[in-house]
Amino acid sequence: MAADDEAPRVALVGNPNSGKTAVFNAITGSRQKVANYAGVTVEKKEGVFVSPAGTRVRVIDLPGTYSLRARSPDEAVTRDVVLGRMDGEEVPDAIVFVADATNLRLNLRLALELKSLGRPIILALNMMDAAEKQGLDIDAAELSAELGMAVVTTVAVRKGGVESLLDQIDRTIQVAETEGWSHVPHQCGWSEPGSRELRDYTREVERILARAVRSPAKPHLATRRLDTVLLHPVAGLAILFAILFLMFQAVFTWAELPMELIDTGLAALSAWLTGAMPDGPLRSLLVDGVIAGVGSVVIFLPQILVLFFFIQLLEDSGYMARAAFLLDKLMGGVGLHGRAFIPLLSSFACAVPGIMAARTIENRADRIATIMIAPLMTCSARLPVYTLIIAAFVPDRAVLGGWVGLQGLVMFALYAAGILSGLLVAFVIKHSVLKGVREPLLMQLPAYRLPRPRNVALGLYDRGKAFLLRAGTTIFALMVLVWFLGSFPAPPPEATEPAIRYSVAGAIGHALEPLLAPIGFNWQIALALVPGMAAREVAVGVLGTIYALSEAGDALQGSLAAVLAQSWSLPTALSLLAWYVFAPQCLATLGVVRRELNSRFWPLVMFVFLTALAYGAAFATFRVASALVGS
Amino acid sequence: MTSALQHPHPTTALRLGSLRKGATAEIVGLDDSAVASALQPGELERRLIEMGLVEGAHVEVLHEGFPKRDPIAVRVNDHTVALRRAEADAVLVLVLTTERRPR
Repeated sequence: MAADDEAPRVALVGNPNSGKTAVFNAITGSRQKVANYAGVTVEKKEGVFVSPAGTRVRVIDLPGTYSLRARSPDEAVTRDVVLGRMDGEEVPDAIVFVADATNLRLNLRLALELKSLGRPIILALNMMDAAEKQGLDIDAAELSAELGMAVVTTVAVRKGGVESLLDQIDRTIQVAETEGWSHVPHQCGWSEPGSRELRDYTREVERILARAVRSPAKPHLATRRLDTVLLHPVAGLAILFAILFLMFQAVFTWAELPMELIDTGLAALSAWLTGAMPDGPLRSLLVDGVIAGVGSVVIFLPQILVLFFFIQLLEDSGYMARAAFLLDKLMGGVGLHGRAFIPLLSSFACAVPGIMAARTIENRADRIATIMIAPLMTCSARLPVYTLIIAAFVPDRAVLGGWVGLQGLVMFALYAAGILSGLLVAFVIKHSVLKGVREPLLMQLPAYRLPRPRNVALGLYDRGKAFLLRAGTTIFALMVLVWFLGSFPAPPPEATEPAIRYSVAGAIGHALEPLLAPIGFNWQIALALVPGMAAREVAVGVLGTIYALSEAGDALQGSLAAVLAQSWSLPTALSLLAWYVFAPQCLATLGVVRRELNSRFWPLVMFVFLTALAYGAAFATFRVASALVGS
Repeated sequence: MTSALQHPHPTTALRLGSLRKGATAEIVGLDDSAVASALQPGELERRLIEMGLVEGAHVEVLHEGFPKRDPIAVRVNDHTVALRRAEADAVLVLVLTTERRPR
């Protein structure tokens, strides 16, 4: 909107954990949108509000930082926007510096650094309720005089808790308008502070605090007591693993019903379309391409929402930093950062949100290593394939004295193979391509806070929308492509074999067959792997089509298992399982890697090394099994 | 860069990375010259200052990680910072009280 472009812009800056996002949510409510900054995959959150005096004001929420010297891509965005160096972004007209009032010493240093920019700054002392409870008594007028900036107090999570800030934004805008916006220089004279300047800022903060603070905030005792348990070397790790187990369970059990509903809904939709439209390429595109393809990704939305619900709770409560603390040394054994565990955990549901969650890792090399091994965590799309082959080839009998079922043991071995090879790959990557000492762990452990339902809901809404948008664009395009490959050219009228056999996908499958013969795959498997690129579990349906079965769902799995047990050798089946542990059989994953790392190189690397691993593992499995079985 | 040598009591200064749980201390200097790091020279020092680990700050080792009691959680004046012992070695401290007796 043209009117919006002329509205004054206010940037929210502050330390991580200062409640900046809560202030943003309180000011803008649902009138916010999340996008990406051009060229970097850092989220840009912008919103609009109408001030008490009736002015439309645009607000941008910038990534939290301790300094304008940027360390991560996130912090670089904060620096570039504030300094007006970001392409397509004007210098903000005013800065609202959100400070955690319980923690002024750490927060005010950045406020002084920002002051040197010469912009109008409003200091919002946030979480004032908690600060007063902890005994803080502060002379806001004195603080304002000493700092040379307007000071207001806010409680962002309370209704009406930001009114004083809104009033002050009005006053600041008025002053700026009478003096003229153009007075503000467009390139600011900020230069990176050295350790001497940083020490000077620190001393200045001490001097100001000595004058303005009548009684300091006492440390948060509840946090300290909780941490003696939650950060305990034994109890803390046990609790962490219990939380992870609960989360893992919930991803599968809570999401089951909504996933079934989506599945039923999609089946009804495609049945309706099949009935309502004449047979032809358009109907096939809609039913087999769009609904089946995009549907196979959208069906994971419930799992992703459950997962992000837990992640949001852990983040908002302050536990996430503790988890990184607890796991840092253990994950450091293979060169991973403590923060890598959430992305890897998410990948057991689906690698796509897992790779997106790797954004919290500051260092690019650490982040790439995490993203590269995310697809090795067994995602839920691999389960239908595993189930099918295990049912067909692994006898249902108890081993180890009757305590463990052999089928379950094989399933567990497949999960373990994924995890162990992931750790091994991380070790190799971090000791070869992405060598170097690990990024230091210098992380604030914030005081524990109760998550606010409103913030959790807004966060979930953002993430669900981002996932659906991706499914609606990138994944949609890929699915249409795969459908096209599998449908054209059409089979000749005298065709005796399934239609897909004559298509481009069929030709690719046949061309691949000699390549895959050494690992024991026949042409039917080779062919099923091509559409399986869209979504792994599609391969099961394609195998059903090839073996000319008309059943659907469980019936298909049952009878297909019987057919496969007849027509495949055991080494072939085991080889296919080994292949599926490693193979990058998912275009959506490669697409999201390309987007998140903003690189064509890394998805290519991922594809090549995972394919090589899959081929090697399948080859070894096939040869060893053949020698043992003697076929 | 302020080194320990400029401090009046250089002989009693210890590295923060060597303290055990329960110890309290005052920071007397920063010296990252002996710390292996992927960062530019002087960068670790600046990051430590930005996290409040600067001369005059009071610290207390609150928690130790696992295994090898690494990383550590340190209360720095009013807030708590987690860091690895390797980087904590860049922080020179005068110990005020040593660890509590093990229970």
